[in-house]
Amino acid sequence: MIDIGLGHYLTLGAVIFSIGVIGIFLNRKNIIVILMSIELILLAVNINLVAFSIYLGDLAGQVFTLFILTVAAAEAAIGLAIIVVYFRNSGTIRVEEIDKLKG
Amino acid sequence: MIAHAIFFYTFSIIAVVSAIMVTASKNTVHSVFFLILDFISISCLFIMIGAEFLGMIMLIVYVGAVAVLFLFVVMMLNVAQQKNQWFAGQQSSKHIPVGLIISTLIFVEVIIVIGGWKYKPEIFDINNSIAQTSISNTHSLGQILYTDYIHVFQISGMILLVAMVGAIVLTFRQRSGLKRQSYIKQISRERTEGVEVLEVQSNKGVKIDD
Repeated sequence: MIDIGLGHYLTLGAVIFSIGVIGIFLNRKNIIVILMSIELILLAVNINLVAFSIYLGDLAGQVFTLFILTVAAAEAAIGLAIIVVYFRNSGTIRVEEIDKLKG
Repeated sequence: MIAHAIFFYTFSIIAVVSAIMVTASKNTVHSVFFLILDFISISCLFIMIGAEFLGMIMLIVYVGAVAVLFLFVVMMLNVAQQKNQWFAGQQSSKHIPVGLIISTLIFVEVIIVIGGWKYKPEIFDINNSIAQTSISNTHSLGQILYTDYIHVFQISGMILLVAMVGAIVLTFRQRSGLKRQSYIKQISRERTEGVEVLEVQSNKGVKIDD
């Protein structure tokens, strides 16, 4: 319990990943919170990669964390731009009212 | 070791509680602030276990850019105060069990995988150790980032460029009634349409209408 090892960090990553998944499923508000939950999931993946990289002594994990960071920033920018355009066109970004693709 | 444990538990409890608050908070602005707190505590954890460069980059990129972008969009769209609360409404009730079951399943699976790692400690022996202790984390990361991973690095730069262009193209709006400079019009202007020779009569002057 006192001796912090790899398992502690992986458990923290698992908890934050699960919270992100819960946030995607249970969200009834606007779609921005879903984007934030996706950021949480990417953060959990980063925690796992960095913990393995430190405890295995291999720097490739930290390099990949850097690339995940890059892709997450790009994804946030594109996603928020799409949300702004959608809000400009339809006037709402509530999750339950976005049903144009329902078919 | 005690200090390591104390700091780990402090930062991880803060991270988990703020992650819960990101999804549970009624106000979206509060969600963004809890996301910032989450990123800060996780980057403290990164700095604590020896990945200083990634911790600092996480602070700069996430807290400095991404979270501010989220905050800007939330405030611009004016969706901060939604009447719809968390777990409220008839439609959301059927999502709750599904979401809880799926996320619990994912959590249990990941914990099983972690247990597999924990009970096979010989996996630690087969590492191809690139990390050296004589130079700093940032130095060693730069040494392999600009040599072994240079192509991936440049491709990630291309991804950022494409994302920037895409965001600008998506949100760009052509407004009517704006006065813009048109080079073609300026160059192709003739003397006949710009200058007019008038015969000025006395006591009347010239009437200029534009």
